[in-house]
Amino acid sequence: MEFYLGLLQILGVHTLLGLSAYVVLLTGQVSMAQAGFYAVGAYVAAMCTAMFGIHILPAVIIASVSTGILAMIVGFPALRVRGLMLVVATLAFGEMVRMFFFNFRWQIERDGKLIGPNGAEGFRAIRFFPENGWETGDVALFIWCIVVIVLGLLWWVDNTRAGAVLRAVGHDEVAAQSVGLNLTTIKVAAMALGGAIAGIGGGLYAHTVTHIEHGVFGILLATFAIAYPILGGLGSVFGTLLAVIFIQGFLVEGLRFIGDWRSLLFGALILLVMNLRPTGLLGERMSPLKTLFSRKSPVVTNAKETQ
Amino acid sequence: MMLKLEGMSKHFGGVKAVDDVSLTMNEGEIFGLIGPNGSGKSTTINLITGLYAPTSGTVSLEGRDLTALAQHERTALGVARTFQNIRLFGNLSVAENLWVAQNGHKQRRQHFISRWFKAGGLQDTNIDELLRFSRLHSKKDSLASALSFGEMRRLEMARALASNPKVLLLDEPAAGASIEDGQLLGERIRAVRDRGVSILLIEHMMELVMGITDRMAVLNFGRKIAEGTPSDIQSNPDVRAAYLGTKNKNKEPADA
Repeated sequence: MEFYLGLLQILGVHTLLGLSAYVVLLTGQVSMAQAGFYAVGAYVAAMCTAMFGIHILPAVIIASVSTGILAMIVGFPALRVRGLMLVVATLAFGEMVRMFFFNFRWQIERDGKLIGPNGAEGFRAIRFFPENGWETGDVALFIWCIVVIVLGLLWWVDNTRAGAVLRAVGHDEVAAQSVGLNLTTIKVAAMALGGAIAGIGGGLYAHTVTHIEHGVFGILLATFAIAYPILGGLGSVFGTLLAVIFIQGFLVEGLRFIGDWRSLLFGALILLVMNLRPTGLLGERMSPLKTLFSRKSPVVTNAKETQ
Repeated sequence: MMLKLEGMSKHFGGVKAVDDVSLTMNEGEIFGLIGPNGSGKSTTINLITGLYAPTSGTVSLEGRDLTALAQHERTALGVARTFQNIRLFGNLSVAENLWVAQNGHKQRRQHFISRWFKAGGLQDTNIDELLRFSRLHSKKDSLASALSFGEMRRLEMARALASNPKVLLLDEPAAGASIEDGQLLGERIRAVRDRGVSILLIEHMMELVMGITDRMAVLNFGRKIAEGTPSDIQSNPDVRAAYLGTKNKNKEPADA
């Protein structure tokens, strides 16, 4: 049971990571910086609770706001470049963040012990949950409450004009500009929102593992972040959720029994899915709710109206 | 006057795509811009919308200088366009295509929340009216990428109108259409003008241009070679030379 509750925690924080990349990807930008924002969120939230004794909830909010602002600052120069150049620029930022925490030392004494980020050794004893008597199940529930709020919020934004505008920019920037959309504002807003969500994910992650170090926030994590929405499809937020469950639940945990062959099969399965469903598991523009609850596809409904 | 270009030039390296072009469009006018391929017509539109920055020259709308403004600011002031190769948001529905284009002056003054996050914003009366005007109402929920070619052209024009522009720049709206479609298009363009929108029309279909424009200008190798009413243009020898070529008057004698 403990194992499954732990897995649920992992799925939760990775869903937040995936959603942060999803928002940015909607505008057509492939950002490899999400792991960097996740790292900043993790360190900021951990410092708030472990060093200054703040409650987890405000700590995560502080982490989210600070990564959102950071993403905005990074977004302005980074979004002046496109495509592969943006991948390189954001990748460079991610590595910068990682190297920063590799060298970052700031420890204070609390209850007779030194606590805080300690360079390459990482940040130990982020023990808010055990100190306050939260069981694994409580933590999983807490994380999933936040995940559901973020999912719901993004799903709602997706269905407003703001969501349509993000997709319009992602589809054709020249056309988007021609109809009077301010590309810089929209892209930076998406980047800031994505950064804020990554910050929440990172902040929660730090507390589930109690020990964070620069190494886990590398290129692999950035790749995972962007793989979730691509694999799940940009149709809706639920694609990302499904992809996280598929990758973390099935490929990473479910296939543990085959040992070292897992990594090989892992790559092969992703290739297979992308070949069978090039627009992602849930496809491009289909709310799973709509497909579940209506028998007719939207196109058929229209054909009837025309008659 | 509505739209005014003064000494507009755009050079790409050594190529003078547009070279010292001045135009004046009056309010409520359908103004034609013709010329052989590569004569700088599309570049002129791109200079007016701000997609390109001019090498020199200015563009102004109702006396207000637009030259330094970004594209979205020009849209807010009343410049809208269509593209030679249709550029719709294929991943959005027909109605959503109009929805995202609501970036005009009045729409910009709405409250932030109601502009971006209002529930039911898609049921806007403005969108509804435009859909009916463009005969796309029955298709409003289908994806723009699923439309027929003619419907895509109509949607692109409707999308340009969604920001309530003062000037609409049409870049070859009849490209790919038959002569009959061209006539229907002429009626549509007049109907748009009757909504109070001045129109700059780039077109190769001469029946259309000659039939509906009030005045027109001819470009050749980036320079304006003629301007006037359709009948003036038809009888202009320079225009004939640009389209049909000339007898070489300076031909060297064979045995000189």
